[in-house]
Amino acid sequence: MRREAPRSLADYGPLLYPAVMLIVFFVVPFSTMIAVSFFKRDPAGFYKTDFVLDNYARFLSTFFGSVLGFSLMLAVLVAICCIAIAFPFTYLLTKCSRKVQTVWLVCLLSVLSLSEVIIGFSWSTLFSRTAGITNLLVTIGLMSEPQALLPGFGAVLTGMVYQALPYTILVLYPALVRLDPTLLEAARTLGASPVRAFFNVVTPALRNTLVATLIMVFVFALGSYLLPQILGRPQHWTLSVLITDQAIYQSNMPFAAAMAVFLVLISLALVGLTLLVGRKENAA
Amino acid sequence: MSGLSLNDVTKQFGDFKAVDRVALNVPHGNFVCLLGPSGCGKTTLLRMIAGLEEPTSGSIAIDDDDITKVPTHKRNLGMVFQSLALFPHLSVGENIAYPLRIRGRSKDDQAKRVDELLKLIHLQGFADRAVSQLSGGQRQRVAIARALALSPRLFLLDEPLSALDAKLREAMQVELRQLQQKLGITTIVVTHDQREAMTMADLVVVMGEGRIRQAAAPVEIYRKPADAFVADFIGMTNLLPVEADGADRAMVLGTAIPGLTLSTGVKKAQISVRPEDVRLIAPGNGAISGTVTFVRDLGGTIETFVEAGGKTIVAVATPRERPNVVAGSPVGVVLPAESCVVLEK
Repeated sequence: MRREAPRSLADYGPLLYPAVMLIVFFVVPFSTMIAVSFFKRDPAGFYKTDFVLDNYARFLSTFFGSVLGFSLMLAVLVAICCIAIAFPFTYLLTKCSRKVQTVWLVCLLSVLSLSEVIIGFSWSTLFSRTAGITNLLVTIGLMSEPQALLPGFGAVLTGMVYQALPYTILVLYPALVRLDPTLLEAARTLGASPVRAFFNVVTPALRNTLVATLIMVFVFALGSYLLPQILGRPQHWTLSVLITDQAIYQSNMPFAAAMAVFLVLISLALVGLTLLVGRKENAA
Repeated sequence: MSGLSLNDVTKQFGDFKAVDRVALNVPHGNFVCLLGPSGCGKTTLLRMIAGLEEPTSGSIAIDDDDITKVPTHKRNLGMVFQSLALFPHLSVGENIAYPLRIRGRSKDDQAKRVDELLKLIHLQGFADRAVSQLSGGQRQRVAIARALALSPRLFLLDEPLSALDAKLREAMQVELRQLQQKLGITTIVVTHDQREAMTMADLVVVMGEGRIRQAAAPVEIYRKPADAFVADFIGMTNLLPVEADGADRAMVLGTAIPGLTLSTGVKKAQISVRPEDVRLIAPGNGAISGTVTFVRDLGGTIETFVEAGGKTIVAVATPRERPNVVAGSPVGVVLPAESCVVLEK
């Protein structure tokens, strides 16, 4: 198919709708937020129009720095766990019969219909001492007495991986289905064991998909703020939790805005860095 | 038995027998073509030899070494796939060096072997190119070089030339045959193109419905087909019913063929006559009488279609022996007994 560059103004017509939506629902609110982040807080009311850097200055403390660090670390960890589980799983899924694939995909889609709140409270029940999975382990004889597995870092990580996993699988699935199966067979005839062939052939062929999925899950996990509160201790709270706290409970809009802007900039920088590293390795 | 031997290999998919009790011995250094229409089980058989499919029953051995249960990556074979399956993320050199790399050979060893192989396939200096920069024929040769990198015991090719255009395909057939003779490697090619099989093979194995219909040298397959299926599949042929009359003469379309006899006890059979063996003469003189329906003049050969007794007989002649007929002419058809193959099955 030949593609022509749009020439007249009318050719740009189809772009109009998304452009308007982006401006109304992204550019305007985000600009407002950036503006608010420079305003001065008014303890009596909301905020006063001003231009101060106090909000950003306050953020540069060890406390907020460590919360930001923790949030990024958690998001990266969730992304890595999701890929580590979803990639082999999806690969094996594509080798199954059509029927099995459909059943799995429908189940995964139904997980997406669950709200974050339901997921959070379900896991908090599963991890509890009285009704949790440890009771099952005790029955089997693997444990001597039931334990509470929450609140804790493991519980937060499990909940968030559970929530992000269906997205990861659904994004990887089309790419893996399209992969030429003879590539793998060729590697096997050339002397590679099936596991080795997977890492030598499938992984490099899907490099770009994997990087894109990693970024998607990372961004997705960065915004999570309910699960850390339900399943974690205060030290496991992410920056999103603090932003909500400042904006709603402390009525400090300017500081919340400053934190949000900071979070966006840092994540953009990380995404950019990942892409840059990916490109360099491709060129080499 | 040295070489490759297949002992009653069977592959069943549900109720469908893709390969049915195939037994075959391939001596060392032979070039074998598995030939047959699509769905005849030839690719499944090749994949079982490669270990990509497991036989439902039967066994496969190389040099008396039973490899039926040996996984693919330990069989030491080279295979070229129909899609070629070159690794897109690796350069030409890296593709060829892949089997050496995963066996932990040194970089120098790898580079040396890649150079040797590129020379063998006439692509010197291409090591650093990306696979996507190559033409179809060049990719074909890279896939062959990669499969040969470890000097395997067996060289398997699954319809390797089907993606190339006709002219290039013919050139590659000759090249592949010459390469195989130079290396003396036992080679098995799957193809549905009988010209390809005739060009390259020492041994042609014609398969139909999962079974071997005939395994013989190309000329023998052509000259003495075992049954109607083989005769029809290999080249053009005239299949005609033949009957023994009371005086034990072989009658074709109501006319006795002098010199042709059927085995005692056989009343009805078929004969296969190649078009180039059919002679057209003036009507009468004991020939089968028919009418010319169409003359196809291809320049190099002339095909004459004759209708006789409800059957169409094709005769092929060179321009020098051009029969003096046009469509509608009455003509006499002579089937020389020595070129009639009686198929009694």
